[in-house]
Amino acid sequence: MGTAARTPEGAVEVAPGVHWIGAFDPDLRIFDIILRTANGTSYHAYAVRGSGGVAVIDTVKEEFADEFFRRLESVASYDEIRVIVLNHLEPDHTGALPELLRRAPQARLYISTRARSMLKGLLGGDSLTYTAVTTGDSLSLGDRNLQFLQTPYLHWPDTQCTYLPEAGILFSGDLFGCHFCDRRLFDDVVGDFRFSFDYYYAHIMRPFGAYVREALALIDPLPIRLIAPAHGPVLRGEPRRHLERYRVLSAPSRYGGQEPTLLVFYISAYGNTRHMAEAVAAGAESAGGVRVSLYDLEGSEVAPFVDLIEGADGIVIGSPTINGDAVKPVWDLLSSLAVVGVRGKLGAAFGSFGWSGEAVAMIEDRLRGLKLRVPVKGVRAKLVPTADELAECTALGEAMAQHLTGRNEAKSIDMAALA
Amino acid sequence: MPKAKVTFEDVGVTVTVPAGTRLIEVSEKIGAGITYGCREGECCTCLTKVVSGYENLAAPSLLEDQVLKDNLAPSHHRLACQAQVLGGEIVVKPA
Repeated sequence: MGTAARTPEGAVEVAPGVHWIGAFDPDLRIFDIILRTANGTSYHAYAVRGSGGVAVIDTVKEEFADEFFRRLESVASYDEIRVIVLNHLEPDHTGALPELLRRAPQARLYISTRARSMLKGLLGGDSLTYTAVTTGDSLSLGDRNLQFLQTPYLHWPDTQCTYLPEAGILFSGDLFGCHFCDRRLFDDVVGDFRFSFDYYYAHIMRPFGAYVREALALIDPLPIRLIAPAHGPVLRGEPRRHLERYRVLSAPSRYGGQEPTLLVFYISAYGNTRHMAEAVAAGAESAGGVRVSLYDLEGSEVAPFVDLIEGADGIVIGSPTINGDAVKPVWDLLSSLAVVGVRGKLGAAFGSFGWSGEAVAMIEDRLRGLKLRVPVKGVRAKLVPTADELAECTALGEAMAQHLTGRNEAKSIDMAALA
Repeated sequence: MPKAKVTFEDVGVTVTVPAGTRLIEVSEKIGAGITYGCREGECCTCLTKVVSGYENLAAPSLLEDQVLKDNLAPSHHRLACQAQVLGGEIVVKPA
């Protein structure tokens, strides 16, 4: 863990009557396939004691269950546990749940209303009893209360936060978390974790920026003295600073004024697909009301294009067909969009081909798979595009601009025409 | 075969379809804003507001009904991957 500090054996008090009972995983280097970490991670769980009993908030990854139970036992006996709250059902937070339920069978499980099907999928069967909660719901632990905030898609549909108003503590689940393992635990004494905090946001929360902004609106009015996330440092130094950081990171990244933006990407071996791209861009430009940009995919790394797409309203992608497929730089771009929100943007495709021309339909299918809308059929040209085919490209650009500006004409068609 | 008219309000397209057609069979082809995830009635990605003609859709199955409840769907909302057209006129848009 890079420091001389010793791992705490027992629970760690984060506030009177509130203890950290999680676990450290210093050897982890890759989390969930997609995230790297230079010093491991931590799985945080908390015990909240009230006059009417103990609540356990989240658990840990299964292989760290022994640590979790040892720390839990240092602050509570199993028969005192009345409540188990799951802010997020991913296995790194629910791995110890089956054993906890076996040891504390009287405890009532509280999950988000969006978590029902996931609980069934993770633990199987229908025998589990639970209470499903949403924003505005709360439960009493006697002299203190737990209030629930539904914060979906941060980063699963089920995610929620739990607030302890008497102590001003927000148990935020993965929100405000990061993969940074430091046994000193608190943000005001651990090493520099700013990179890990931003990296975690970029890979976990970024696709859900609109949901982040909704969550911040729910959290903002709360008096917060400490944020207790499910990974990384416990934030007691300046908790508001981390809310502000999320506000900056989740701000919409629009370019220019209010006009919609359309990005035309292409890659071209002999200039044919490039000519088509120029016609598409010119068509969109001539329709007016849209800010059009034209990019050769060979001219940049993927990451800046992903940033551009995040802030755009529509994309059109041109690729030749080589050996029955779109070319690799196109797939590199399209396989990199999972880290940004693209749902509902407009998409289209075009390209030159030699003999079979599968690329356009493959790109359209991928765009639909990414939840983009594909309102205009793509254009294919055999080798050198003819004047008519370039005119089709111009019309494709015009149609995209009209859809982006809401000027597409209402029409009535028969389903047979869609085949 | 009985026909129905489905209007996808967000793109201004009305499609004449045979009775029994599911909304998913049409909406993607015309570029309507309804987007899909699992396509099997589980994930609720394709939640759709039925602006009018709700009675012209086949009643939701028990499973669809449960998914709508689990996801706190307001009334007159359906899953486009499940909702089947019976006849008449229906107007829908993304939830």
